[in-house]
Amino acid sequence: MATIYIDNVPYQVKDGDNMLSACLALGFNITYFCWHPALHSVGACRQCAIVRYRDENDTRGRIVMACMEPVVDQARISIESPEAKKFRTQNIESLMINHPHDCPVCDEGGECHLQDMTVMSGHNYRRYRFKKRTHLNQYLGPFLHHEMNRCIQCYRCVRFYNDYAEGKDFGVFAVHDDVYFGRFTPGVLENEFSGNLVEVCPTGVFTDKTLRKHYTRKWDLTNAPTICHHCSLGCNIIASERYGSLRRILNRYNGEVNGYFICDRGRFGYEHVNSERRIRHALKQDPAGQWQGMKTKQALAEIQQKLRAARKVIGIGSPRASLESNFLLQQLVGADHFYAGVSAKQAKLVQEVLHIMQNSGVRTPSLKETESYDAILVLGEDVTHTAPMLALTLRQAAKNQPKEKAKALKIAEWNDAAVREVIQGQKGPLFIAAPYATRLDDAARACHRAHPDVLAQLGFAVAHQIDAHAPTVETSGAVQAFVSQVAEALQAARKPLIVAGTSLMHEALIHAAANVALALKKLGKQSGLFYIVPEVNSLGLTMLGGQDLDAALEEVEKGGVDMAIVLENDLYRRLPAERVDRFFQRVPTVVVLDALANRTGEKAQYVLPAGTFAESSGTVVNNEGRAQRFYQVFKPHDDIRSSWKWLQQFVNDSALAQTNLDGVIIRLTAAYPDLKGILEAAPGADFRVGTQKIPREPHRYSGRTAMLAHIQVSEPKPPEDPDSPLSFTMEGYVGTPPAPLTPFFWSPGWNSVQSVNKYQQEIAGMLKGGNPGKRLIEASEQATMSYFTDMPTVSMPPNGQLSIWPAYHIFGSEELSAQSAPIQERIPEPYVAISTADAAKLQVNEGMRVQMQLNGTTIELTVQVRNDIPEGLAAIPAGWEAWAGITYPFFTTLNPIHS
Amino acid sequence: MERPLTEHIPLDGSWLRLKDYERVGGYQGLREALKLTPKEVIDRVKDAGLRGRGGAGFATGLKWSLVPTVDQIPQPRYLIANGDEMEPGTFKDRLLLEGNPHQLIEGMIIASYAIQADYSYVFLRWGYQFAEKALQEAIHEAYQAGYLGKNILGSGFSHELSVHISAGRYICGEETALINALEGKRANPRTKPPFPVVSGFFGRPTVVNNIETLSNVPHILSKGVSWYKSLSKCEDGGTKLYGVSGKVKKPGLWELPLGTSFREILEEYAGGMLDGYQFRGALPGGGSTDFITAEHIDVAMDYNSVPKVGSRMGTGTVIVLDDKTCVVGMVLNLEHFFAQESCGWCTPCREGLPWTEKLLLAIEEGRGRMEDLKIFDDLTRYMAPGHTFCALAPGAMEPLQSALKHFREDFERHIHEHRCPWK
Repeated sequence: MATIYIDNVPYQVKDGDNMLSACLALGFNITYFCWHPALHSVGACRQCAIVRYRDENDTRGRIVMACMEPVVDQARISIESPEAKKFRTQNIESLMINHPHDCPVCDEGGECHLQDMTVMSGHNYRRYRFKKRTHLNQYLGPFLHHEMNRCIQCYRCVRFYNDYAEGKDFGVFAVHDDVYFGRFTPGVLENEFSGNLVEVCPTGVFTDKTLRKHYTRKWDLTNAPTICHHCSLGCNIIASERYGSLRRILNRYNGEVNGYFICDRGRFGYEHVNSERRIRHALKQDPAGQWQGMKTKQALAEIQQKLRAARKVIGIGSPRASLESNFLLQQLVGADHFYAGVSAKQAKLVQEVLHIMQNSGVRTPSLKETESYDAILVLGEDVTHTAPMLALTLRQAAKNQPKEKAKALKIAEWNDAAVREVIQGQKGPLFIAAPYATRLDDAARACHRAHPDVLAQLGFAVAHQIDAHAPTVETSGAVQAFVSQVAEALQAARKPLIVAGTSLMHEALIHAAANVALALKKLGKQSGLFYIVPEVNSLGLTMLGGQDLDAALEEVEKGGVDMAIVLENDLYRRLPAERVDRFFQRVPTVVVLDALANRTGEKAQYVLPAGTFAESSGTVVNNEGRAQRFYQVFKPHDDIRSSWKWLQQFVNDSALAQTNLDGVIIRLTAAYPDLKGILEAAPGADFRVGTQKIPREPHRYSGRTAMLAHIQVSEPKPPEDPDSPLSFTMEGYVGTPPAPLTPFFWSPGWNSVQSVNKYQQEIAGMLKGGNPGKRLIEASEQATMSYFTDMPTVSMPPNGQLSIWPAYHIFGSEELSAQSAPIQERIPEPYVAISTADAAKLQVNEGMRVQMQLNGTTIELTVQVRNDIPEGLAAIPAGWEAWAGITYPFFTTLNPIHS
Repeated sequence: MERPLTEHIPLDGSWLRLKDYERVGGYQGLREALKLTPKEVIDRVKDAGLRGRGGAGFATGLKWSLVPTVDQIPQPRYLIANGDEMEPGTFKDRLLLEGNPHQLIEGMIIASYAIQADYSYVFLRWGYQFAEKALQEAIHEAYQAGYLGKNILGSGFSHELSVHISAGRYICGEETALINALEGKRANPRTKPPFPVVSGFFGRPTVVNNIETLSNVPHILSKGVSWYKSLSKCEDGGTKLYGVSGKVKKPGLWELPLGTSFREILEEYAGGMLDGYQFRGALPGGGSTDFITAEHIDVAMDYNSVPKVGSRMGTGTVIVLDDKTCVVGMVLNLEHFFAQESCGWCTPCREGLPWTEKLLLAIEEGRGRMEDLKIFDDLTRYMAPGHTFCALAPGAMEPLQSALKHFREDFERHIHEHRCPWK
């Protein structure tokens, strides 16, 4: 710690910080633009001017930029000196010269950092009387709207997009007061993190195009703290509603999970909530296949009647449903009749992951923590597509070793441009072994592409090279060179990290990754092991236990199951269609609870309208084993309710049937001591600040008395929320609520997302009161897991056939986001990617249409001939509705379609 | 009077070939340097009192001594000769580049030896195409003669030198922007610290020296420190290339003892004002220096004296303002240049300079207002040294703030008469 004097008052601040960050952390208001807590300082905008004094006798001092001024003990500065204030005002005056002052029609208005800073600086009246420079705007794709005239040239966008996310198709053009931020030509912004520009841009240059399609003023939104449901990382987000439709997603800072950023799937995948395919009322299918809507009461009565009459009811849970919903289903049907709702193969993979996390003694870091590792091996995952935000954190981690050079030159870590000048384009020890080129390869020091069986062998070989006690494996020369390079780099590191996952459905890969981490741990390294699992609550569901879906089908085959309840699960995405069809043929009554119409719902007898994450509260467990609570954003006007609330109607246990979310959680944790931690994931519904609830609506919310006046002139009572301490109103506690209960970030004078500074204990650090979520699994020092020995042999297809593997896509592979219109614009056309050698052998060319046999059905695909695909392998996009239920790998032939 | 830098430049517009350069003592400085340790070379240059001729006047030997030793930071490391001469009114490096490229090359090899640089570059202004040709041929000659390449003159020291042609921006004269440009990046300046001597070209230790500065180096080594110091009329050593442009009888460029008086340069070498023109003031060191007026005419043109009369030595190339030229128009022309050449990185420069230019244009065209002068006062203070990211905008403010100080009535006349009184 250092003592600094701010306007002659001493303060204790963090050593090695810069003055801006230190002052903001102390709660001072200083205007700034180019500085960003994750992007650090470059000193471009000159907005954070303060006066720095030589010593206590220096009365004049000199203007310095707080963001570029290192904190040193006994430093004396002034924020309030007239000279500094005047400079900051003048700087805003300059910045505003060319700004269009179109706040009344600007999407950013009311949540604009530029507005806040302008007001804060005290600049009111314009002296510039000449023409403004203007720019043309660009089409940037379905996610972002571009309005260059509003730009104040803070350079944050390029610093995020190019420097931080390492995107290649964006930049700064031209010079002097004509600088332009955009693409070389109009077109879709390719980077998977482009949406963060909405929050990184301090004004309205980059705004959310999806919000624009159903715009509402930011202060008129009802918000809730929630968890992104589109992959297993569980990024914290804020979801916002007005008039019954979800309007946008913002990042919700969590110092241990997603920090300041989320991916584009997470930000723009929400539109499925507003989909026309939403089920809004209970539905019943008669034996003739006719559907009819039902009143909730009648539907409940009929289903309750069926349940009473049924001899054997099974429940099929879901990794995309909350712990509470799965638990209630399990309570309803009994543990023996509860099935996890994923294929045996996938269930086994996640069980293995959980087993390793619980027993290996190797730490599973949080997502944000992965940034701190100094050597990384990614084994068999295209992380940008299977766990997108991990790609962003690994990109930062890959710079840790090169950054040491800057440290040696005594360059502060926050001196961003200077650090980059030292490290230049150097890549740290990030190694990627995957069956094909991944989107993260450009950040890696070396990549190896091979058959997944070979990748598993490679992993085993790395472990063996690190620790001779680890099982040995024969590898070819090309593999061995890579193995040695990786093993040496991991051994040389202080904190090596191994990343693997379930995406290739390959158990040996998971074991190989564990072996490497175990070998490193034996060496005394602070090794980390980070597994990616398929869905938002895959790990939570696995912790609840239950058999897999194959077992459910076997049970059904045996006969005697006369009713099944399917919870938020499209079974056709889990197993081949003919097997799922058979399930529906064998079970006379199937009740489906889901949010969107899908093939499973179409086969059911009853469909109940389940809430999406936006209409539900509950708990999910991410891949780290972190339990996180998500909260309902709004009460829908139709019959939609949380799945667990529907299921409460059917359980025989009246206490469980009548309780609120907390009651469900108490019962759940009583039954599952391993999950006890979820009680601590967030405060219970009784929590109050004083006597006040936390309002979901900002106090600036408008129109409450008028918004329903066309229906009823008297203002209706706001809905109650018995499940959380959040209220559906604007009244309540205005201040900093506990972090898991923060529905929006706001602080007096700070209307934009930059106000998150006020919610943190230190800048870019932990949120006040601790980061949300509770880790359920910690590595044990006593763990004694032995090495896995199940080395695979390479299984190649018979001659003339190809071994088909899944290729994941951030846009398209995940079920719900793929139902969102803006995401759909980015989903690639179905393809099959094959090697150059196989293309020659099969006599197919790039762009040719081919047919492929898949479990009895024929699909048509366009050929991609790629030199990154190993011979004998082919990749098809994973999760596409027509073939989402297949199990990889499988051998098949390609048949060219000759027109 | 000795003119070591320019005396051998052929008068026919050709350049001094290697054999002619060697005949007049060329590469003797290098031979001398290679007998010394790098530290001894640095000490000689320090003792000689050579100050950077690019404008800032930073002590050259001191700059070299700030480069970490090879033990501290291993090679590679770089020397860059800044030949991006774009300061308005400045044409001194051009003469040295076009007339005596070997002198520069020799200076660069010595400097590289002193800092143990294995590579050096001449960063050359795009427009200097004759210089490029001369340099390329001279470098070829130097390689052929063994002054460049592996194991130079059997010393064990190896060095590679090449020329980079700038795409042409004023900001590339700023050493860190130059480094970015040389790396193929936007020519934005870098933050200091870290200084280029520690983290420069591709993050390696780098020294950037002006062409004229480096051209002095061979002579210090070959003829000695005391000789070099004796060339000067002030405490710093050597000669200086002084130039004069404007309405004078003989505009030109002369190598004179450092510290020669402004009056002597103007009256004796430039021949005084053209008939019918009165001297009103001058920018003593290029476009980004403050005006001096007749009362300062006896100032010695050196790095310590010019600041005492409120300006800077800069590049030592004088632009003279006469009584028949509108000062507002002159400053407008300069500010147009500076606004156009801003890299667009920091706010005061990017936004403040175009505003300044537009205000000057309004005043020049008779659309000015008295409150504009207040805005000028604000803008010049706003863009003061230390307030901006680099020295471009503060430099741009120097002619304006001094014009407002010395010639305020001219601005006021424009405003009151709603026209330019000189038109």
